[in-house]
Formats: sequence, C-alpha cells, structure tokens
Amino acid sequence: MRPVIKVENVSKLYRLGEIGTGTISHDINRWWAKMRGKDDPFSQIGSENDRSINDGSDYAWALKDINFEVPQGDVLGIIGRNGAGKSTLLKILSRVTLPTKGGINVKGRVASLLEVGTGFHPELTGRENIFLNGAILGMTKAEIKRKFDEIVDFAGIAKYVDTPVKRYSSGMYVRLAFAVAAHLDSEILIMDEVLAVGDAEFQKKCLGKMGDVSRNEGRTILFVSHNMASVKSLCTQGIVLHNGQYAFEGTTHDAVNFYQQNSNLNQFVNFSLDSEDILGNANIKILEFKVEALTGDYISVSSGVSFECTFYNEKVGINLDVTFELVNSEEVKIFHHAALISKDRDSKRGLYKVKGHLSPYILNAGQYKFNIIFGENQRYVLFKESEVVGFDIANESLGSNTETLPGVLRPNISYEIDFQK
Amino acid sequence: MIEDKAEDLDWDFRIEANNDPLNVGFSQVWKYRDLLMLFVKRDIVTVYKQTILGPLWFFIQPILTTITFMFIFGNLAGISTDGVPQILFYLSGITIWNYFNETLIQTSKTFTENAPIFGKVYFPRLVLPLSKVISNLLKFGIQFGLFLITLLVYYFLGKDVYPNIYILLTPLLLLLMGGLGLGFGLISSALTTKYRDLTFLIAFGVQLLMYATPVIYPMSSISDKYQMYIWLNPLTSIVESFKYAYLGSGILDWFWLSYSCVFTLILLIVGAITFNRIEKSFVDTV
Repeated sequence: MRPVIKVENVSKLYRLGEIGTGTISHDINRWWAKMRGKDDPFSQIGSENDRSINDGSDYAWALKDINFEVPQGDVLGIIGRNGAGKSTLLKILSRVTLPTKGGINVKGRVASLLEVGTGFHPELTGRENIFLNGAILGMTKAEIKRKFDEIVDFAGIAKYVDTPVKRYSSGMYVRLAFAVAAHLDSEILIMDEVLAVGDAEFQKKCLGKMGDVSRNEGRTILFVSHNMASVKSLCTQGIVLHNGQYAFEGTTHDAVNFYQQNSNLNQFVNFSLDSEDILGNANIKILEFKVEALTGDYISVSSGVSFECTFYNEKVGINLDVTFELVNSEEVKIFHHAALISKDRDSKRGLYKVKGHLSPYILNAGQYKFNIIFGENQRYVLFKESEVVGFDIANESLGSNTETLPGVLRPNISYEIDFQK
Repeated sequence: MIEDKAEDLDWDFRIEANNDPLNVGFSQVWKYRDLLMLFVKRDIVTVYKQTILGPLWFFIQPILTTITFMFIFGNLAGISTDGVPQILFYLSGITIWNYFNETLIQTSKTFTENAPIFGKVYFPRLVLPLSKVISNLLKFGIQFGLFLITLLVYYFLGKDVYPNIYILLTPLLLLLMGGLGLGFGLISSALTTKYRDLTFLIAFGVQLLMYATPVIYPMSSISDKYQMYIWLNPLTSIVESFKYAYLGSGILDWFWLSYSCVFTLILLIVGAITFNRIEKSFVDTV
C-alpha cells in the first residue's frame, strides 16, 4: 500500500509565558513587573506544557523531529502520556495549527474529528445542523444531501429532525453529532478521543462503523485515545510519543505494551534543595513525595494508601493550597482533592509536610499516578507537575475469584441476604 | 532533509509553515463556498429566533433610529436636511450606514467569537468574515426595501425628492461600503485577538465615525474650512452619492468617489494580509 500521509521532521515550538494576556492592562502590568525585576505575574497561568518550564527557557518543543508514514487503509493509534504531543500532532495533521519546522504530505481528503458537533447551533434544527456541521467538516452540500437519510437513521432521531437541537436530550445531541462525523466521505479520518462520549451501546456502534469503513472502503484512520481498550480494538498499528518525541512504532499490541512498561513511575521521589534538577520553580520546590501502604508491607486493595509530600514554600502571606490528583492507567482522573495549607493569607516561607491517606477498600487493583498542583487563593497555579509518582495496587482475591475485577472502585460492601420464600 | 525519492508519488497537499503573507487562499474559500452560504443562512435564521416579533426587528430598528434622529437632530438640534423630508433623509443615511457598521462590528469578532471552532477544525478562516458581508447585505436589502417604499410614497405625494439615473451606482456604493466594513473589520479582528479591550474601542470608534460622516447632516451644512476633512473620510463620498442618487440632494463628487475606491482597495489588501498573518498563529496564542 502506498503511504497516504508522510510526516517529515515535524517540530512544533510553543512559546511559554509570553502568550497574549488578553488585555492592555495585563500587558502593562507584566511590563511593570519586568521593569522592577519581578516575576511575570501571568506566566504561570494555564501553561499547558509545564514539564518544560523547569529548565527556565521560554520555549518548549511540543513536538520534535517526528517522522513516520501511514500506508493507505491503516488504522494507526497514537498513544502517549499527557503532554507527550499527541494533541499537537493531531492539530497539525488537521491543519488547525501549523508546524514550526518540517512538513506533512497528504494524499486524499482529510476529515478531522477533534470534537464532535463543532459549530452546532442550539437554535437550529437537527436538519440545519447536519448541513452546517457537515460543511464545517468539509463536505459539500450535495454530499450531505446524499447521506442525509443515512445520518438521520444512524442517529435515530428521524422524529425530531425539524426540532431545534437545544430541545434534544444530551444523548440525542451527541448521537446526531457523531452520526454526521461517521458519514464523512474522506479518505483519511483523524480522531481525538471522541469516542469517550455517548452511551456504551452507541460507542460500540460507532467503533463498529469506523472499523467497517477502514476495512471495506480502505480508509485510513489516525486515532488518539487514552483508552487502551479502544486503541486495541480499533487500531492495527501504533506509535508512541514521549515528551514530544517519537518513541516507538509497531503493532498495536507492542505499542500498548511499550507504553505501559515505560510509564512506570517511582513510588518515591526526593530532591535536595540545591540540586539542579529539582522539581519546582521560584514559588514551590518539592523535596519529597512518597506513597506507601497505610498498613502492611505493600500496597494492595486491603492495605490502604498513604501519601506524603514535603515541599519548600517561597510565597509568604497567601492562601496556599495543594491539590492531589490521582489518575489511573487509563488516564481517568480518580479524584482531584485539595488540602488548604493556609486559610487567612498567612502562608510562611519554609518547609511544609502534607500527609494524606486513602482507607482500604476504595481503589481497585491497578496502576495509578499522582499529579500535584500548588495554588494561590484557589485561583492561580503556583506550580504543577503531572505524574510525580506512580504506584501499583496489588489485587486481592474475592472469594475464589483471583482475577482483577472490572471497575474503578473496589469497595467492601456488606450484603444482607434473606431468603424470602 | 527531504530525501529525493519522490518515486512519482503524487501528493494532494503539504502542511507546512507557510510564511507567504500574500497567500491568502482564495481557491480554498471557493472550495468551501457551500459552508459560506450555510454560515449566511445561520446568521439570518438565528438572529431573531425566540423573539416575539422575529424578523420584524429588521424593520423596527431603523424606524426607531430614524424617529430618534428626527427628534434629536432634526427638532432639538435643528440640523438642516437640505430641504429633504426628515424621515427620508435619516432613513437613507441609516440604511447605508448600518450596512457598514454591522459588517465591521461582526467581522471584527471573527476570532474572539469563533475561537472554539477554530481550535477544532480546519476551514479557510476567511469564510467567516465573508459570510458576514453577505448576511449583512441581505439585512441591508430588507431595510433598503423599507427605504424604497417610503421614498415612493413621498415621491408620489410630490415632496421634494428627486431620484435620478445615478441610482445605477448603487451596486458600486454597496461594494465600497461592504469592502470598507470588511477591511476595517479584518484589521480589528486581528488586533482584538491580542487585546480584548479593543472591542469596546472599536464599537465606540465606529459610533464616532458616524458623526464624521454625513449621515445625520448634509455636506452642505459643513463650512468650507472643514469640508476637506470630512471628504477625507472614505465613507463620506459613498453616503453623499447614495443620498444624491435617491433623494436628489447631496454631492456626487467623482474625485472623492474614486478616492474611496482606491482607499477601499488598499484597505482590503492590508486587511487580508493582516488577517492571514493572525490566522496562522491565532490557535497557538489565544
């Protein structure tokens, strides 16, 4: 099969900090801070690729020298951790943003689904939205007309096609949006986690439709997802990105394995205050973060989890808070929970230690990792870091069943059983 | 290091950093003409949905403005209308002015209002401002109809209105009005991406600009000393020509009309280049 996409040395540079603040007063404020030799008051807010801030440079390579080819008819999964550059790559392939260096040759029409229902207008009817959304995704009016009945049928909204979509249930809305997308007549389809919407049955239908299309019509699909299960079931080939660089290419099975083996994190990190590669910035420096079993020798479903973070705070007189975010191996956020360190603008410079624990029988067995976010007045991010530490929760058999049970939680439920008649 | 094994593979297009400011991409806009028309339809259909009076608002707005102007400028301030019935004088000015005003204000919001779409899907961005020019032309058509009816009534009542052959200039005048609105709009859309404050400044600026254009006063009421400055406003000759053609009062000055044509052309080129530049970096900086 000939390649239909050829990515050549694609790199994307993002400038950090100095992005537009939005208003003139903010810019003057920033300039004033700079003149007095202070920190840019806006630099830390919402900068996505924070891993790279630590080296003190204003620029970060979201992608660096990416090269690969996709043969026609392949279903390629793109996997990687948060911030690995997956979304940037998809955006470049979708022509939403341009690469800083390099280029991509493309053969055929590209439809990209970074979102379903882009441009849907709540006041317009289902019919009008099908046309508008289809056209936004690159279809001509004639093409949409030809597929119209099929789309309505697939979404199962025939009765409501002339009702404004704001009257739709959210399920109907998503089904309609997806139906338009699924009927795109392009040779190449680019998708970003859009399958994470809708009910399970409809998801299956969509996955099936995507699979059919690639098998029967020779369409090429590029698919980014955090859901390893759907990557495995849909894709034939996979590539792994790591910190903006190309890390692995192979069959889906190998790629998923590579990804999972290489995403293992330490259960414990510590740094000394004066070391070069310390985790932190001018506000916060993390000295230690460790995860342990609450009881017993190792972490298991029944042991509970205790976590402890020691950090050095530089910001005096603010409301300091630290948020712990737990993420599982499917990149699902399990919780996002904050500890208020100081409530009355009385934070002190110096060492703080925060300790928390999760009782036994909450989390199911599996791999987990912690993100940590330090905030000021619960509004500004002082410092944040993803995947600081990782840990495994070992399984424990339930009765005679020794396999890991499905589900995110593994609660201890006591049942009352009564034979009624 | 693009290795040279082209192996007679034909590619449809190449995605790369495009630094050619003149590559505005009109061919792409043509490809997406269906989308352009659907955007126009969306604008027209959705504006007055869920309002009681619906499309009637297209008429109510100019009528109320005209009445307000008649009261304030005509009666309180006593500004002359050159012998033209006040209602026609103001209605003509408002009708053509609104086209410029709405086009400018709406195109200037291209990036700020469509940021979510722009971040998710590719289509030639120029489609959006162009759709505003067209949808506002349709709105103009409706208000223009109102103006024509009023004009005919007054004409047959034998009032002082003298529509003449220069009515044929209307397409050119509309092209210029739309072009100026689009040109200014494209430039302000690029500027407002960096500074949101400018949105307010633009709304305010356009309002001021109206007073520098003979919308509520005739050119003849301006003293010779200031005439030159008013003519330098590229909108002046368009509004005056429009009034001259339909009402027979006003000044049709070919020199200043040509000046407006050149001005519009240059403005559109500058606007397209600015827009093109911002379009490329917008998603990364917003």
